[in-house]
Parts: sequence; structure tokens; C-alpha cells
Amino acid sequence: MQTFQTDLLCIGAGLAGERVAIEAAAAGFDVTCLSLVPARRSHSSAAQGGMQAALGNCAMGEGDSPDVHFEDTVKGSDWGCDQEVARLFCDNAPIAMRQLAAWGVPWNRVVPGKSTYFKGGKLFEKEELQEKEGLITARAFGGTAKWRTCYTSDGTGHTVLYTMDNRAVQLGVAVHDKVEALSLIHDGKNCLGAVVRCLKTGELHTYLARVTLIATGGFGRIYRESTNAVINDGGGLIIALDTGLVPLGNMEAVQFHPTGIVPTDILVTEGCRGDGGTLLDKNGHRFMPDYEPDKAELASRDVVSRWMTHHMRQGLGVSSPYGDHLWLDIRHLGCQHLATKLREVDEICKNFLGIDPAVDLIPVRPTQHYSMGGVRTDKDGLAYGLKGLFAAGEAACWDMHGFNRLGGNSLAETVVAGMIIGAKVVTYLQNHHVSFPTSLVRDATAAQQDRIRLLVSGKSGRENVFAVRNAMYDALMHGAGIFRNGKDLEACVQTLQEVHARSEKIGLRSNGRGANPELALALRLPGMVRLALCVAQGALQRTESRGSHAREDHPERNDRDWLVRTLATWQPGESLPSLTFEPASTVWSIPPGERGYGGGKIISAEPEEKSGI
Amino acid sequence: MARNLTFSIFRYNPQDPTSTPHTDTFILDETNHMTLFIALNRIREEQDPGLQFDFCCRAGICGACAMVVNGRPGLACHTKTKDLPENITLMPLPFFTLVGDLSVDTGTWFRNMAQRVRSWVHTDKEFNPRALEERMDNALAEEIYELERCIECGCCVAACGTAIMRPDFLGAAGLNRLARFALDPRDKRTEQDHFEIVGNDQGIFGCMGLLACEDVCPKHLPLQDQLGMLRWKMGWAGIMNLLPWKRK
Repeated sequence: MQTFQTDLLCIGAGLAGERVAIEAAAAGFDVTCLSLVPARRSHSSAAQGGMQAALGNCAMGEGDSPDVHFEDTVKGSDWGCDQEVARLFCDNAPIAMRQLAAWGVPWNRVVPGKSTYFKGGKLFEKEELQEKEGLITARAFGGTAKWRTCYTSDGTGHTVLYTMDNRAVQLGVAVHDKVEALSLIHDGKNCLGAVVRCLKTGELHTYLARVTLIATGGFGRIYRESTNAVINDGGGLIIALDTGLVPLGNMEAVQFHPTGIVPTDILVTEGCRGDGGTLLDKNGHRFMPDYEPDKAELASRDVVSRWMTHHMRQGLGVSSPYGDHLWLDIRHLGCQHLATKLREVDEICKNFLGIDPAVDLIPVRPTQHYSMGGVRTDKDGLAYGLKGLFAAGEAACWDMHGFNRLGGNSLAETVVAGMIIGAKVVTYLQNHHVSFPTSLVRDATAAQQDRIRLLVSGKSGRENVFAVRNAMYDALMHGAGIFRNGKDLEACVQTLQEVHARSEKIGLRSNGRGANPELALALRLPGMVRLALCVAQGALQRTESRGSHAREDHPERNDRDWLVRTLATWQPGESLPSLTFEPASTVWSIPPGERGYGGGKIISAEPEEKSGI
Repeated sequence: MARNLTFSIFRYNPQDPTSTPHTDTFILDETNHMTLFIALNRIREEQDPGLQFDFCCRAGICGACAMVVNGRPGLACHTKTKDLPENITLMPLPFFTLVGDLSVDTGTWFRNMAQRVRSWVHTDKEFNPRALEERMDNALAEEIYELERCIECGCCVAACGTAIMRPDFLGAAGLNRLARFALDPRDKRTEQDHFEIVGNDQGIFGCMGLLACEDVCPKHLPLQDQLGMLRWKMGWAGIMNLLPWKRK
């Protein structure tokens, strides 16, 4: 067994992980990133639309500022975010975009003069200023007062990740790819590294580090239908939860994106609607203005997804062998626009659906997309519960998104949080020293070796790993989708507890040798079911509707009792997470109020009872 | 419709001493909109849970799932079975180190390529967080993006005649990467700097002009143009090096 030692161990080499790694490497520390896949295949690469930052360069972004961005973000979060963190993010986002420009991102730039654009199917004219020529431009996204989303065509995540990895190569950041962290090594106080399985050879390795960062992205793959890459199974969250010490925040806050394509659930960017695309029902009727006269298709994602589901429940969806869907119409944007600004969308439609979006309608429906919840950290990115453990990006609950994140705010978060938390990690590394007891490391590794031995020998049971996974999918789909209610959630929690017990009794059907994929899934699945239980139990307890969390039996947003963040920990041997709550924010620059879209009743907070239950 | 598809899939697990390279056959009923992503996952779930292959984004964006489909390198995720005959042969990409079955190690090769072409913006300028960004013409930004669209799937190298004979060849992916930085005014490297990296047989002069790279590129990058242009520029740079008054 090989042992590696480093100053900073980044679990995950997507944008957040590499951005933190770069900051530490630039300060002279030794850094190793672990990744399930080559760094450039990380799911950051699939982000299409762009990154929000209040640069205010383009005509439709005139008058924008971090203050306006902050207001949009807080409203988008349905007042669930930490306002200090949201402020930190909005203030630093423009700097991060300019830094990326200096590092080589080919941002689209302002072209001066008159041009036309679509809003909700209608043509308008705008004029870009001469003095802004060549500065970073932006496009419209949902839930924003200004055009603020910086982009490179619809391959923004790809170009930024390639630039970031170039920088990592330049600074000599080591990336060990095709490896999977199975557990954190800790002594109850300090995080000391991780036990890792190599996905090329199947061997176990140990990584010892003074500081460990979790940046493994979202956990969308606990759902059957998700826009997420197949690697987004919440690995980093699982190993944090399994310590029994580190809490996960707001796991019930799961975002459904309005435009996953049917079938295959691949995402087409919000940029389609930002650039003027519309949503149509089976009669070809554009229905969103009926529900949201002001924002229409560009209300926040939780709101649009709910109205779409509501509309389909009225019998106005298009039936298909894969279930009901609606149509996304971008035909009027024209071939030129599709070929330059929505190129990936054009390719996805042609390659996966066999349709031409310049002529045909695109079948779409709301699909699981983003995890607002994650490893709970403070504003420096330091996780609760263990020293020397940080988290950043989608894997973290830092918490700038609250109960709904705005399009373009998560891709921006990866680099902005990475920049801020990276600097904090550097300071931390200068003062934080640990010792690595060999017995602790040996025991942590032996525990994983035992799990593998039991799975291969089938001595724990003969459950089929795929059957157990499918049972988890079914339970979540019935209980923890876009609309939720107490009765279905109770059933969901109960079923998931049974699924969890089954997941501990899996036996392999293949021999488990080398980089065996059945073994990889069997090692991961019990943890995935625990994450599912955190989602379902959190959703059951939260008897209100806020952002993406919509309870049919509690349709009002309840600021009196629920202006709080859920914290879930898992004690070893238990069958359910323990939930506690903390105030959603300590700073209230913008007191809870109306979002201006989405409707719904609000039970307002008594000022002295703001922190809730 | 309603075909039964026969998949002949290369099998070998180098980590298993009892494994030898061979082909396994799997039969699967075809469904609507079936892709190789759907088919391979069904084979793993229903017939052989040990079957190794790689998918990641499954949307043609990340480049993880390149393999040889009926003799031609391509992305499995966006290959529809309805475009293929009933008999489908799947092999791992050649050239790259085999991990097992259809899975290969592309990460090591591409990381090494990035180091060889020094794949980053070379500049003396310090980033000033208080200054406006440097301006760039949007048309140029779009031109750079065009070359930046490479997803490092490895198809171009796997299909390359030179790469088969010369394992140290940079391949179309590597040469395209250099072309991307040559186009970028933020990168201060000169043509001479480029010549030192690719002005040799491991670089542009190794290219035999067979251009299978362009044929198989799933992102339709303009590789033929880039290779041609780079060859022309490096040719001139080489001639200039012969002139006594140009020598360093």
C-alpha cells in the first residue's frame, strides 16, 4: 500500500478544488488533488451558460453593481442564504472574472453599436457603448435585474476549467486522477487525510495531509433522473457525514432545472431562455406569462420548474413514451445565433434527439440539477466539526444559495469561493500542525479493506447492488421531488431506511478484481442512501415552503419558525440522521420580504423570534 | 425496429492474473433513442456487472467515453444504435494505456501533453485586482474559443498514423493546443518559442498529413487548417534559423 503525504489534499479537481489548490501552490505549499476522472472531465466542464458577476459592461447591464447582484441572490435564495457570505461573493465576483481573463479565458466581449435581442419571443433593439468595446460582456439569466452572466458561447465551464487546469499545470499542482476517496482519516479533532481506492488498479492508498478540502460537487446521482454527470454521487459529502462529527447543511434544498431534455435528462442551458427562448405547452401556447406576468420564463428556476409541473398536471403537457414534457422554443433566435452563442445546445439537440433546434421544438421537463446543501462550513470555508477540513463549491454549504440558487451563480461560486477560501487555507496552513499516528492510519485503512473483503466474499448478504440502487431511486422520486408532502415523505423516509439496511448486505456478482465497477458502486451506495435520508428527513421536518423546497401541505413560507438552516449529522450505527437547526443568517442587510415572483403566502417573523424554533 | 443487437466487446482485466484478452458477446433488445451509453449500462446492470467502461457527462461535453465503435474512434455517449448495424464491435482506444475492457488512461497522456506544450498564458504581467480587464476583440475571442473546444477525448491520437509509429508524437490535440496559444495575444511567446516546442518530428514535422484526426474529431475542430498553418509557419521559422544573420 502506498502512502502519500502533502500539505493540502483537495478531494475533487473541478473548478472549486483546483482554484483552492492554485492559491496554496502559488504560496509555496505542496498540493495534491484527487479526482474520479481526469481533472478536465470534472462536471464543471459541462456548465454551459456562464458566471454571474456585476461588471456592468454591456448595455443591458448598465447600472449593475455588487449591491444589485446581492439583492438578486438573496431574493433568489428565498432569504435562506447567509447574507454575509452572499455579500462576500458578490463583491469578489468581478475580480475573479478579470483574473480568469488574465489567465486566458476567451470571454465573449462587448461589440459596440446597435444590435437586436429577443425577450420572450419578441424582438428588441439595444446599443452597446463605444467606450465599452472589448470588455467582458454578459447575457440575461433567470431571477436577475440586469444582464450579468459572463460567458464564452455556451461552453463557459469548459473554457474556465481548461484555463484553471492550465494554471494548475503551470504551478505544478499534482492531480491523481481515477481515484476515489472512501473515508476521511481523523482523530476526532483533526482531519488528517483520506483512504483512497485507485480506479486503475483497485489498490488502496492513504493520503496524509495537514489540510483536506472537499470539493466533489453535487450529489444529483442519488436521483434516477438528473442532469448531473454520472460521477456526481456525493462522495465528498458521504465521507464527511461518516465521521459522525461534520454536519451537512440544508440537504432538503434540491434544485430542479426547468430544461432537461426528454429522454436522457441532458441539460440545455438557461441561456436559451436568457437569449429569448420560450416555453410552450401541447397547444403551442406560451404559458409562463399567465403565471408570471413580469418575469415569465426568466423567473428563478424553482418557480419556473413548479409552474411547468403544475401546467403538466393540468393535462397541458405533451405525452411521450418517456412521460409528459413541454416544449422549449428557440427557433426564432436564428441559425447564426444558435451556431455561435448556443452551440452546445445545437449539438446536443442534433446528436441526442435527432432534431434541429432552428426548425424543431425541444422536448424538456424539470430535472434534478443542483444541490444547495452540502458540507456545512463557516464563511472561511472551514467545515464544522473537524479542524483542518475545508469545503468549497457545490459540495459545500457555505451558504450563498439558501433554498434556491440563481443560474450563473454556482459556476461563479466555484472560482470566487475558491479564491477566497484558498487564501484562508494558505493562512491556516501557515499555523496548523498535526501528527499522524500510524495506528490510526492503519485502522482507517483496515476498515476499508474489511468492507471490500465482505463485499467480494458475499458474507454480509447477497443483495444486488443495482436492485438496491433502484429502490433508492424509486423512494426519492415518490417522496422528495419538486412537490412534497408529509404523507409521501414519511413513506419515503421509511422506505429509505429499509433500503439502507439492504445496502449493508450487498454481495458482488463479479469477482471484484482490479478497477471493478460493481465494487466501486457497492462501496458508495450505503453512503448515497444516507444522503438520500438526509434529504428526505430534512424535507419531512421542514413544514414550510421555501425556494426549491415546496410542501403541498405547507404552501406558505414560514419566516416565524423556519428562518433556519438544517444541520444533519449521522451517528455511527444509527438508521436516521440527527437534525439540529441554526439561524439562516447572522446579518440581515435585506430583511425577509417578497421575491417579486413565485407568489405564495408568507408567515412573517416577529423581529425578536427571527431565529425560529 | 425491435432489433436484437449483438455486441462484441473486448475484454481484458490486467489486474486479474486469470484474465486473458478476448471478446465477449452480449445480446440486447434495442429501444427507442438508444445510445451506447444506455446499451453499455444495461449490459453492466443486467448481464455483467464487472464490465469496465468510462462515462462522465454522457452529453458529449467531457470526452470520457471515447472508444472504437465498429472500427472508428468516437464518443460512445452520443452514438445512437439506430445509426449502427445489428452487429456492434466495441474496442478500447488504442495508443493509451489500458485500464480494463473499454477503459483507458487518457489523463496521464494529456497532462504530459499540457506540460510539453507549456499549455498556459506566458506573460510577465502581474494581475491587478483593481484594474479593468484588458480589452479583446470579440471576433478574436470567438476564434480562440473555436480551438479551445477540444475535449481531450483522445480520438484524434487514437486514429493517427504517426502516433502508432511514434509514441512521443504530440498529436493533433497537442498541436492544436499550441495553435490556440499562438493565436492568443495574452501569451507573449514568439514563433521561435513555438519552434522549440513543435519544430521537430515529435511535433508538426511528424505529421504525415493523413488527417484521420479531422475525420474523427467529435467536436469538428478545424484540425486540418491548424496543422497546415502550423506546418507552414514552423517551416518558415526553420528556414529563418538557417540564415546566419537570424541565428541566435
